[in-house]
Amino acid sequence: MNLFWAALSKELREQWRTYRLLVTVIVLSLFGLLSPLLAYFTPQILGAIPGGEALGELIPPPTVVDAIGQYIKNLSQFAILFAILLPMGSVSGEKERGTAALVLSKPLPRGAFLMAKAAAFGLVFALSLLISGLAGYYYTGLLFEFLPFDRWVAMNGLLWLYTMVYAGLTLLFSTISRSQAVAAGLSFAVLLGLSVIGISKTVAVYLPAQLVTWSATLFIQPETAYWGSLAVSTGMLVAALLAAWLIFRRQEL
Amino acid sequence: MSAIRIENLVKTYGAVHALDGLSLEVEPGSIFGFLGPNGAGKTTTIRILTGLAHPSGGHASVAGVQIGHNGALARRIGYLPEEPAFYGWMSAQEFLEYIGRLFGLGGAARRKRAEELLEKVGLWEVRKRRIRGFSRGMRQRLGIAQALVNQPEVLFLDEPASALDPAGRRDVLELIAGLRGQCTVFMSTHILADVERVCDTVGIIHKGRMLRVARQEDLTAAYALPVFRVEVTANGNRPLTEWAEKIGREAMVEQVQVDGNAVRIRVRDVENARGWLLHALAESGLAVERFEAVKPSLEEVFLNLVNEEVHR
Repeated sequence: MNLFWAALSKELREQWRTYRLLVTVIVLSLFGLLSPLLAYFTPQILGAIPGGEALGELIPPPTVVDAIGQYIKNLSQFAILFAILLPMGSVSGEKERGTAALVLSKPLPRGAFLMAKAAAFGLVFALSLLISGLAGYYYTGLLFEFLPFDRWVAMNGLLWLYTMVYAGLTLLFSTISRSQAVAAGLSFAVLLGLSVIGISKTVAVYLPAQLVTWSATLFIQPETAYWGSLAVSTGMLVAALLAAWLIFRRQEL
Repeated sequence: MSAIRIENLVKTYGAVHALDGLSLEVEPGSIFGFLGPNGAGKTTTIRILTGLAHPSGGHASVAGVQIGHNGALARRIGYLPEEPAFYGWMSAQEFLEYIGRLFGLGGAARRKRAEELLEKVGLWEVRKRRIRGFSRGMRQRLGIAQALVNQPEVLFLDEPASALDPAGRRDVLELIAGLRGQCTVFMSTHILADVERVCDTVGIIHKGRMLRVARQEDLTAAYALPVFRVEVTANGNRPLTEWAEKIGREAMVEQVQVDGNAVRIRVRDVENARGWLLHALAESGLAVERFEAVKPSLEEVFLNLVNEEVHR
């Protein structure tokens, strides 16, 4: 366990020193902050554009639902992007550079090496969503109305899990391949593949993307829940990490 | 007990036999030179012994522990890869302390150990500088330092000086020589001069097979050339040439070659020729400055062995 903490502390310091943590927090927080502002001011912005007065009048007055919609759309898109960009070189890059061989010739178990990376990404995304969530909650309340805080937290929790599914998959692909580009490509392929499969509404309710829908309906239809999607997403994350460990422990460095 | 024991180690990559039944024992406390041309299987052997690669067959133990990726082995060894890679965003001290933490050292202990090692490898002045800006020589020295953090019983060095300039090579070889008696050093290289300089025992590997393992002096003695060299004072070459012509007619002598004030005499039987030649020289009245049996360099031994293997 001590070795896991040693590796996690190194991963977090790396995220900080290489500015990855800062960039992720800033970008996601910015979108968390801007989403309610954009929802509120979009009709006014359009109305202020020369010739856009009519368009501004056509848009119905923004509501809190628009603010939530903007927040979820922006956060889910950018969090996925970071969920692929951050882990894509985490294992493949270390294998390619030779740092993995050097530190794994020490008494650091391969499982701890991998899980420390997964935990670090989990913490980076949790911190980013915490800050963006607080900013988004405050401005949504200021411009529209203050929403139930527990549901706001649950909404961000679902977005976190959705992000972590792709972070876990990218970590797996980074473990399998020796190239960052291949790892990212495979993750995008899964994202695309699941979007195509998700065209079928029967299947869609079990896919990770349904977590995004669920996070939106928390405020509109709080009685609706997609436990199947939650179970599949958790299963995919655990399976991806388990597969990464099983493959990595047999890999030659 | 041997520090390293390898029995019939095999490693295949598809149809390629990187190691083909390699067997070897290394004595504790020695500096072992693992010598071979590029592609002979040196790095593969080290990667297997350090638990980073799996053998296709055979057995090996290091410091009494069976090989494989396990903590017990990792705690007893140190490893310097051919091109050591570090986290460029860390400073040299941070990196050594991180490695110390992986060996379970407490905060004060790992700081002390890191400082000791930074002093030892000559990186004290740059201990707080990011590794990203380090030169090749500095990286190599840091690589040796990280391999020594746990005071290993067996230290594996893969081509530790191959890519360094002469000054860097000298520094690294001095560091390695300084480890004599502290731990067993297993050093792979294709540079024979490095082996001659620091190694007690030499193992020559070719195409994944061990050709010969011996103490360096035994190896050169076993491949001693039947040649003597005589050097005389520079008072004209005529007496020397006349003497050379005279002994060249003897049955014991195969070939004589005069070169300035020196003569190389190839004989048929080294032991008998030694006394006879000394006697002949004493009778000749030549002012002898040097008389020596020509020893082969390790390079000549190595090439002989490899050529023998190729023609087998």
